[in-house]
Amino acid sequence: MLKRPHFIALSIVLLLVLVLLSLPTQTATQLKLALSSLFLPLFGLAGSYQTLTEQAGNTIVPRRALLTEIEQLKRDNERLRLDAMQSAQVWNENAQLRQALGWQQQAAWKLKAARVVLREPANWWRGLQIDVGQRDGIHTNLAVLTQEGLAGKISQVGYARSQVVLLGDPNCQVSVLVEDGANKGVDGLIASSSSSVLDPTIVDLTFIESQKGVKAGLKVTTSGLGGVFPRGIPIGQVIDFTSVSYGLFSKARVKLAADLRHLEHVWVMLP
Amino acid sequence: MNYLNLIAVIVVAYLAVFAQARQTLLRDLFGAQVDLLPSLMVYCALNAGWGVLAGIALLGGLWFDTLSANPLGITSLPLFTVAFIVHWHQDLILREQRYAQFVLGCFASALAPFLTVLLLFGAGDKPLIGWGSLWQWFVMTVIGGVFCPFFFWLFNRLNRDFAYQHLPESTFRSDREVKRGRF
Repeated sequence: MLKRPHFIALSIVLLLVLVLLSLPTQTATQLKLALSSLFLPLFGLAGSYQTLTEQAGNTIVPRRALLTEIEQLKRDNERLRLDAMQSAQVWNENAQLRQALGWQQQAAWKLKAARVVLREPANWWRGLQIDVGQRDGIHTNLAVLTQEGLAGKISQVGYARSQVVLLGDPNCQVSVLVEDGANKGVDGLIASSSSSVLDPTIVDLTFIESQKGVKAGLKVTTSGLGGVFPRGIPIGQVIDFTSVSYGLFSKARVKLAADLRHLEHVWVMLP
Repeated sequence: MNYLNLIAVIVVAYLAVFAQARQTLLRDLFGAQVDLLPSLMVYCALNAGWGVLAGIALLGGLWFDTLSANPLGITSLPLFTVAFIVHWHQDLILREQRYAQFVLGCFASALAPFLTVLLLFGAGDKPLIGWGSLWQWFVMTVIGGVFCPFFFWLFNRLNRDFAYQHLPESTFRSDREVKRGRF
């Protein structure tokens, strides 16, 4: 039979777990962030270790390689300046046309660079933590980008760190547009993909109208519907598609543009 | 379990949780992240009392959940359940045998994530589960099993090197010594 200490220990654990699980979301998030501050010394140590290894790596890079890289960066910089100049002209022209047509003006993206400090330790979520938070003007539901495209959105914000929920996580659904050059495009919803648990670069595109043609290779971008993500952020390419719900809808698999397995730096899109 | 062992277990749990969230080597190699806390709970279950078990399960679970998207506290209950089962049958377990430690580590590492996912579904969450999860479960089970004997070795070694060792009592008594003469 169960002895008394067993009952007490079991009761304490059960009671505490039930109390924690029944906390309001806001309180639980605050408590989570407060508890995660216990890891600050390890964050500091890990950051210092990373800096030291980078410095050690820099000292052994040959001068010739550095000079070659500088030359390459100079050329890239010049090309990007020209591109930026051309973009500025197009931007101005676009703004004038929008004004003439009475359309709403588009705002330029304001981006904040962030470093990935932790990854999701559980296998059943897809997420990571970045080193920017409330002090940097971050709040929930901001889009998180890589240079290839959308990566996810901010789900929880602490003072100096934020939790990002990545594309493919059940809590990150994105309204998208499959860009078909000839037509207006096909609407759909990016959702988690249970068929590709082991490959985080593939997600499901659901709720596509069957009559509209979706082909492999078409580009997928955010549609702007839902109000969380602005329109036009690249997401990936359609790999294949199937008909579901007795032909009422189609479902496609999308290969993400951003490689979510090896993210080290991301950009948070500020409002 | 003495104080040194207790502190060592807490420190290892703290470091293990952080390492799981920081290191991606195993995830890159096998497509699954391992969880070392269930194996640690096996060591605690065979060497500590109920209070320590509850404390380590709560602490480890909370730390894990703070760095994860899990609801806060949901990992503690599976960890304690695993420890409860092992502690309940501790008299029947060959705790000194490596293979027994491995099997217990496998059992704990398989049961804890299974219970966590069940609890998540019960709590209304929708974790990402598919056929690939079976492979992840297998990897977690085997690597958790491998780490269990390692934890036993580590903590026993720490105990042997740093804790006070009782001197073995001698059965010799000088007043009972039989002194033989020449004949």
